[in-house]
Amino acid sequence: MRDVIRAVGNVFLKLPVGLATTLKYFFKKPITLDYPKKKKPMAPRYRGRHFLERYDDGSERCVCCGLCAAACPADAIYMEPEETDKGERKAKIYEINLLRCIYCGFCEEACPEEAIFLGQDYEFSAGDRNDFLWSKEQMLVKHPRKENPLKKMYRKVRKVYGVTDKI
Amino acid sequence: MLEIILISSIKVVVVVVAVLTGCAYSTWLERKVLGHLQHRMGPTYAGPFGLLQPIADGLKLIFKEDLVPNNVEKVTFAIAPLISFVPSLLTFAVIPFGMDTELFGHQIKMVISDLNIGILFVFAVTSLGTYGIVLAGWSSGSKYSLLGGLRASAQMISYEVSYGLSIIGVILIANTLSMRELVEMQGTDSIWFFKDWFVWKQPFGFLLYLTCAVAETNRAPFDLPEADSELVAGYHTEYSSMRFSMFFISEYANMLAVSAVGATLFFGGWQGPWLPSILWFVLKVFLFMFFYIWLRATFPRLRYDQLMSFGWKVLFPLALLNTLVTAGFMMWN
Repeated sequence: MRDVIRAVGNVFLKLPVGLATTLKYFFKKPITLDYPKKKKPMAPRYRGRHFLERYDDGSERCVCCGLCAAACPADAIYMEPEETDKGERKAKIYEINLLRCIYCGFCEEACPEEAIFLGQDYEFSAGDRNDFLWSKEQMLVKHPRKENPLKKMYRKVRKVYGVTDKI
Repeated sequence: MLEIILISSIKVVVVVVAVLTGCAYSTWLERKVLGHLQHRMGPTYAGPFGLLQPIADGLKLIFKEDLVPNNVEKVTFAIAPLISFVPSLLTFAVIPFGMDTELFGHQIKMVISDLNIGILFVFAVTSLGTYGIVLAGWSSGSKYSLLGGLRASAQMISYEVSYGLSIIGVILIANTLSMRELVEMQGTDSIWFFKDWFVWKQPFGFLLYLTCAVAETNRAPFDLPEADSELVAGYHTEYSSMRFSMFFISEYANMLAVSAVGATLFFGGWQGPWLPSILWFVLKVFLFMFFYIWLRATFPRLRYDQLMSFGWKVLFPLALLNTLVTAGFMMWN
């Protein structure tokens, strides 16, 4: 008899509380991030994969001085210099072993030319260990950098009307 | 004569296909709703909102290897999935799913067979499904399966009693066992289309039915025969490929059947305004399904002795009391 009364009391008093709790979550937005499709923005000072900067005219900033390689505690950077047609020094080979790198950012601090930076990119995977040796070409930023699409359209329009000066 | 055979067989094919599709999409619904109830997203990859997930799952199960362990009883092991699969589909033979319509000059009843003992048939057939589960557990030659099967038999027998008693109130009021007549008694022309539903006359009967139905279909929080965390997968631990999926389909078909019977008995079946009658029926069935999933997301599994004492000491007396009160009320009026 006591069991019956307790059970009936539970059905009307306690079970609805539990059901209401779960139903509340049904109408909330799930906290799951749909990861490969949507990405969480990283912290502004996050140290991810390196990239090499250029000057505005497209020439490389890196002069292959070797200070980053000297600063590197993991000994992950290898470089060989060469000379351009103008007689300027630049890197022939510039490799970073991403498996050795500890992403400390010392290279970024050591660089006198402000050429190397650690970016926001954090997805490294490869089928082969050799694919983790990133070359200069892979790390250099694209030369005309990604442009504001509005600006691009504006330039096109000006070209049509025969105005050729640079913006 | 030929016409009758033709119409009936078309109805059978349509209903079976609809039920199997319903089962497939119940699994999608379960995963999606369960996900959202637990603050997750559920399937999202296969198709928009993961809608193609059941098809992907089905294809995967078909192409899986059908393993038969060494120490199973070969014959029983092979027919056990069929024994639980067939009765779960049979239930839908007597459930009316729509208003009678005229098509190509023929009067078509939206029910495969309008038995005058419809509910008795449903209850007889649903209890048959237990044999499949018990035989599967016994023939698998595994301790987990055996325990699952034993639990299934004990649980089913205990809850069958209250399950049967819970609907007697409705039958006493309606004075009929035919599903068709039961549905017709619950319809009105007024705007308050739900005012004649039996759930208002039998609220306790409905709650009892709901509880027993969860136990009958082995659903959480009464999923003792499967009990993932204790018995691996219970009675279907040793099954794989299509044999496993037969158990799976029969579980979901049973859920759909129990929901359909509940909607028919307590919520006026296909009766409803504005929308087509079949749509009303499907809507009510899936509301029941949603409730089942909601229960699963909310309550933990009962301990075995709790299950038994709840069945015999609480549900059974309450069901008897409900029957007694309803019978007394009918006598007085």
